Amino acid sequence: MTTLFTILFDGVAYGMLLFVLACGLAVTLGLMNFVNLAHGAFAMTGGYVCAVLVNQSGWPFFAALPLAFVVSAAIGVALERSLYRHLYTRSHLDQVLFSVGLVFMSVAAVDYIMGSSRIFIKLPAALEGQIDFFGVGIGRYRLMIIVICGLLTVALQLVLARTRFGSRLRAAVDDPRAASGLGINVPQVFAFTFAFGCGLAGLGGALSAEILGLDPYFPLKFMIYFLIVVTVGGSSSITGPFLASLLLGIGDVAGKYYVPKMGPFVIYTIMIVILIWRPNGLFGRTATR
Amino acid sequence: MSASNDVSTSAMASGRWRISEVVFWVLVLACPLLFPSRYLIMTDILRLALFALSLDLILGYAGIVSLGHAAFFGVGAYSAGLLALHGIINEPVIALVVAGFAAMVLGFFTSFLVIRGVDLTRLMVTLGIALLMEALGERFSNITGGTDGLQGIEMQPLLGMFAFDMFGKTGFWYCLIVLFLLFLLARRIVHSPFGLSLRAIRNNPLRAAAIGIPVNRRLIAVYTLSAFYAGIAGALFTQTTALASLDVFSFEKSADLMLVLVIGGTGYLYGGLIGAVVFKMLQEVFQTITPQYWLFWIGLVLVVIVLVGRARMHRWALWLPNLVIRRLAGRKAVVVVPESDAS
Repeated sequence: MTTLFTILFDGVAYGMLLFVLACGLAVTLGLMNFVNLAHGAFAMTGGYVCAVLVNQSGWPFFAALPLAFVVSAAIGVALERSLYRHLYTRSHLDQVLFSVGLVFMSVAAVDYIMGSSRIFIKLPAALEGQIDFFGVGIGRYRLMIIVICGLLTVALQLVLARTRFGSRLRAAVDDPRAASGLGINVPQVFAFTFAFGCGLAGLGGALSAEILGLDPYFPLKFMIYFLIVVTVGGSSSITGPFLASLLLGIGDVAGKYYVPKMGPFVIYTIMIVILIWRPNGLFGRTATR
Repeated sequence: MSASNDVSTSAMASGRWRISEVVFWVLVLACPLLFPSRYLIMTDILRLALFALSLDLILGYAGIVSLGHAAFFGVGAYSAGLLALHGIINEPVIALVVAGFAAMVLGFFTSFLVIRGVDLTRLMVTLGIALLMEALGERFSNITGGTDGLQGIEMQPLLGMFAFDMFGKTGFWYCLIVLFLLFLLARRIVHSPFGLSLRAIRNNPLRAAAIGIPVNRRLIAVYTLSAFYAGIAGALFTQTTALASLDVFSFEKSADLMLVLVIGGTGYLYGGLIGAVVFKMLQEVFQTITPQYWLFWIGLVLVVIVLVGRARMHRWALWLPNLVIRRLAGRKAVVVVPESDAS
């Protein structure tokens, strides 16, 4: 029973992390129908920024996290304004080629600057070890991830549902043409959302270095995970990707624990079954435009 | 004249052999005479060309964007390797066809997943299938040899007569003949009414369905065919290099393939062949500059191609040949046009 709880807990932590990593992708996809396979590159940037600050400059871990967010978001908005925005009207093939090209460049560049081996971020002592909670061992680091990502999710949901910007964003996702007809500056909304999504990915990258591992091939390794979150969850709301991330996280952890020999097959099997059952994702409509 | 007659006459007109095509194949035949010492790299180009041809069938003609075409290449490569290693089928040509069929079976079953959903779902599914095949290869390392790959493959002579030599001369001619035969088949298929219906589906699936084209069945058929081609390309790889490792399934392989096809242009069959030549040359150049960071340059080429625009780039590349054709054959000569301008 306790192992079940541990698996559930680890799975939730993993899933929450995936959500923070991938939710920016879900929004950009829903908003502009832009297939951005380079999303993982922004996550990797955040991770490496955090690693350099903590390991080499001696910053405290919690001070480096916001900076990981800021740097990724800044790079995101710079790329969006200079390159991405020319490609919104192009075919999916062009978008795929372009973003795969970016991924390759980022992989080789990071490999060149930082070396190809896996990087670890020095964690503060308070985050190491486990807490005993009614006989269930709970990793402190994972607990922190659940708290941070949980708060972020609630905040995102509130911003989307309650604020003026949120309603503009939802309007733009539903129908960009009608939204711009109503005087909503859709490109601006998009640039802001893109930057924020990249920032979240950067934060997720910094947090995930401990759990997922951080090396130059990060964007390629986790590309399929991001795609699964987005296609299974759909991109019309934030709840879909959230539930999809949790499902993916718990499924992956449980699969690796109970049937270690099957390795990654559990995830792919879940993916295939869901796709046969609901081709357009589990939750609501996806980007079918 | 009835409608079906119209279709067949126009299909036959577009399917006629052009002078430029004949010139192209003569040039290909001239290559082994011009560069007698470079058989190995030329064989490499031929294999890549066949692989790119298989992607062109689904990408250029049916509009399916695939990120995991290496799955079929890999299945073909491992089938050919295992058949030769365990001496199940010693004759390379028969083994080649069997390996192609193995990839075809996988293509047929996965096509049902691919035809569902939109582009994004397709990307995920195709990528997922390739990753799954790679994971399977790792899991059953007792069969596949794991990360070391299959070792000790001994190829028997072709048709019992032509042994594979160390300079790769036999391998080259073998690949060239296979490529040419499969190219003829592909050419026949894309100029048939079946091929025309595929183009209709690529341009607008909804309208294609409205005029009575069975969209899903056509897509399944062409995806299966493309998997067969990719499997043959993989089998040629194993047979001519006598090795097969897990690299054959990697994402980089699928992405390189897209680059090859994009360099050459999609939707006119020669794109993969020309792209393969240019790609290998680029690879040679970049690898002499920075062998380790070759990935960066691939990425840069992809980004630049997309930003410049594929159609514009091909217009630039075709400017000189078209000028020559116009000079030689007069103003009304049939010139090659980039994919986006072609109807």
